[in-house]
Amino acid sequence: MKKVLSGNEAFARGAFEAGVKVVSSYPGTPSTEITENVKFYDEIYSEWAPNEKVAFEVALGASLAGKRAMTCMKHVGLNVAADPLMTASYTGVNGGLAVVVADDPNMYSSQNEQDSRNYARFAKVPMLEPSDSQEAKDFLIKAYEISEKFCTPVLVRSCTRLSHSKTVVALGERGEEVDFGLENNIPKWVMVPANARNRRKFVEERLVKLAEFSKSSDLNRVEINSPKIGIICSGVVYQYVKEAMPDASILKLGMVYPISFDMVREFASKVEKLYVVEELDRFLETEIKAQGIKVENLNRDVCGELSVDKVKELFGIKEDINVEKLELPNRPPNMCPGCSHRGMFYAISRLKLFAVGDIGCYTLGLLPPLSAINSTVCMGASVSMTHGIDKASDGKLAKKAVAVIGDSTFLHTGVNGLMNIVYNKGFSTVIILDNRITGMTGHQPNPATGITIKGEPAPKIDFEILARAIGVKHVYTVDPFDINQCLEVLKREVEREEPSVIITNRPCIFADRTVISSPYFVDTEKCTGCKACTRIGCPAILWDDNEKQAFIDETLCTGCGLCPRVCRFDAIHQRGEK
Amino acid sequence: MKVDILMVGVGGQGIVLASDIVCDVALLEGYDVKKSEIHGMAQRGGSVVSHVRIADKVYSPVIPFGQADIIVSFEYMEFLRYLEYKNEDTKLLLNTNKIYPPSVAMAEADYPEDTVENYKTKFAILVEKDGLKLAEKAGNVKAVSTVMLGALAKILDFKKESWLEVIKDRVPSKVVDVNIKAFELGYAD
Ligand code: SF4
Ligand code: SF4
Repeated sequence: MKKVLSGNEAFARGAFEAGVKVVSSYPGTPSTEITENVKFYDEIYSEWAPNEKVAFEVALGASLAGKRAMTCMKHVGLNVAADPLMTASYTGVNGGLAVVVADDPNMYSSQNEQDSRNYARFAKVPMLEPSDSQEAKDFLIKAYEISEKFCTPVLVRSCTRLSHSKTVVALGERGEEVDFGLENNIPKWVMVPANARNRRKFVEERLVKLAEFSKSSDLNRVEINSPKIGIICSGVVYQYVKEAMPDASILKLGMVYPISFDMVREFASKVEKLYVVEELDRFLETEIKAQGIKVENLNRDVCGELSVDKVKELFGIKEDINVEKLELPNRPPNMCPGCSHRGMFYAISRLKLFAVGDIGCYTLGLLPPLSAINSTVCMGASVSMTHGIDKASDGKLAKKAVAVIGDSTFLHTGVNGLMNIVYNKGFSTVIILDNRITGMTGHQPNPATGITIKGEPAPKIDFEILARAIGVKHVYTVDPFDINQCLEVLKREVEREEPSVIITNRPCIFADRTVISSPYFVDTEKCTGCKACTRIGCPAILWDDNEKQAFIDETLCTGCGLCPRVCRFDAIHQRGEK
Repeated sequence: MKVDILMVGVGGQGIVLASDIVCDVALLEGYDVKKSEIHGMAQRGGSVVSHVRIADKVYSPVIPFGQADIIVSFEYMEFLRYLEYKNEDTKLLLNTNKIYPPSVAMAEADYPEDTVENYKTKFAILVEKDGLKLAEKAGNVKAVSTVMLGALAKILDFKKESWLEVIKDRVPSKVVDVNIKAFELGYAD
């Protein structure tokens, strides 16, 4: 049977067909939907882990137990999992282990554009790169064969355009589950220096064997057309090249690391001019040139995404398109109406605090009119950076700076920063915006949610008790829609020369739809047009320029009750209220 | 047949599901199909675009500039953001309902009504639908995207039964009837 599947759905299907037993991941755009689709297969145990390092180690443990395992993450997530990756390269695997990593060229929803192919070289493990959903499924199944044959974790690289594109896939059946049993092999699995030195050699020999394998593998494909131009490419870039340069000869690499240079030399000998077309870093090009193989230079921008148009441009094919670009009002992403973060951000911006932000929906607090965020680096950084600010200013800036972090991100890597603040006698104020869900990536549960990926009930982490257990003495839970309470607690806690944690207690409106109540409206008799309510940045509050009054789009309003608290003229009321 | 369709609008309008339906219909009719979209922030009121490409063999999942055969704009002004994809023969299916961007809502920018009026005539064929009114008539204001699918079905060479079959398969069972009605209203002239 054929179906139109996204790259991510196809990876999930591939795990099913490969007989995978365990999948552990942390959500991150564009990789999230792989694990979200795996959860529909009852044959596979799946879970959300608190971060990518944990997820990777769970998968490695499953492999040690003799079963096939997978972990999926976005490119920056692989940084978090890099520690176990580097050593898993030495231990190798027992049951097959595949790591799917999704890059984000053009940074549609990421803080940097790093090219994960560098990790394959860094960790000395093979990397496969599919170019459509069919290959996503097929290559993942191949990854398990390679993993077990060569005793190595296998990286499978996706990107936004593969993960979030849909193409036709032929579905297969579930394969046999492998079961190699728990492997008790101390020289292989205990990486004390004496053992690791031996495995180090194994890793180098494995690379040679993998390159040999690559040479004869059908993962790579040579398409000889005109002998004038030969192009080496991989992944989704292959699709752009095929469309832009239909006459060129192509070496399509399905395995991007290690590369079989014999194969490249043979291809090079069949064409007059050899080019490498790739997205982001000059990864293949550098490797190939280092072998002394002549590659023509392309004046390529290493920033951002490629496309059919850009590939044509690289080869000097100009097309007359009338590129008209108009100045239009933008549609920036915004915190949803009823978002539980809005009240706290309003309070932060009223007090003109320096908010050290983190990764999540609350990063959107950076946009006007709230303009409440002053930095965003990586998951968990807000907490530790605030401590750095505190120490750098001998405590002075601790009275101006606060860390804001979501529940999922706090559990990901924020909690370590908090331990550090307490241990090293900092004064920082950490605000945990606990809305019980991972909002940004599309509402995945986490250890504070109370359910698992499959929707089964689970224990819930209590942030108040957790913070106290770490040693924070000043822990306060506030209602983020009660602005006066937020202002009061904030003012008091930033002044305090001791660490404090402030926790907000309203769910994301997607985590719990029952919190939605009847909408509010503006009483036109009482509205003075002071515009105070428009400053909370709620998409449901609109401004009528003719009447010089605010009004509320009642189809968008979730009845959160924040806006009446900023109106000093008692002009905002709830429908149905007496 | 070879057709490149660009579907544009605002997060929350159902563009992702609508473009999935087009893909399923194309597959059912025996074509290769690819689609690509960026939906990282779609839920939060951002601008959404979905590329759907149908042919015997499709390579890039993204439509090159100047090559869209049809642009379906689920919102009144959104097609203006993607003019570089149009050529002289591009057809425009336009939902006349407006959704104000935040800057317009806060009265810091104007909604470009005149510009829309000016540009919508520059397409080879223009079909305008009041999606909201038709969806209301069908029984649910949320069925605007299905109205637009009906309008799209009218100008594509696929069997109507294929559309109905896929819609029945794709939308939740309790809203199938409303969506079929919305589709028919979009399909009618
Ligand atoms: S998804 Fe939830 S957390 Fe994110 S902006 Fe919307 S309401 Fe807020
Ligand atoms: S805060 Fe109150 S008085 Fe001021 S514009 Fe809003 S509704 Fe009118």
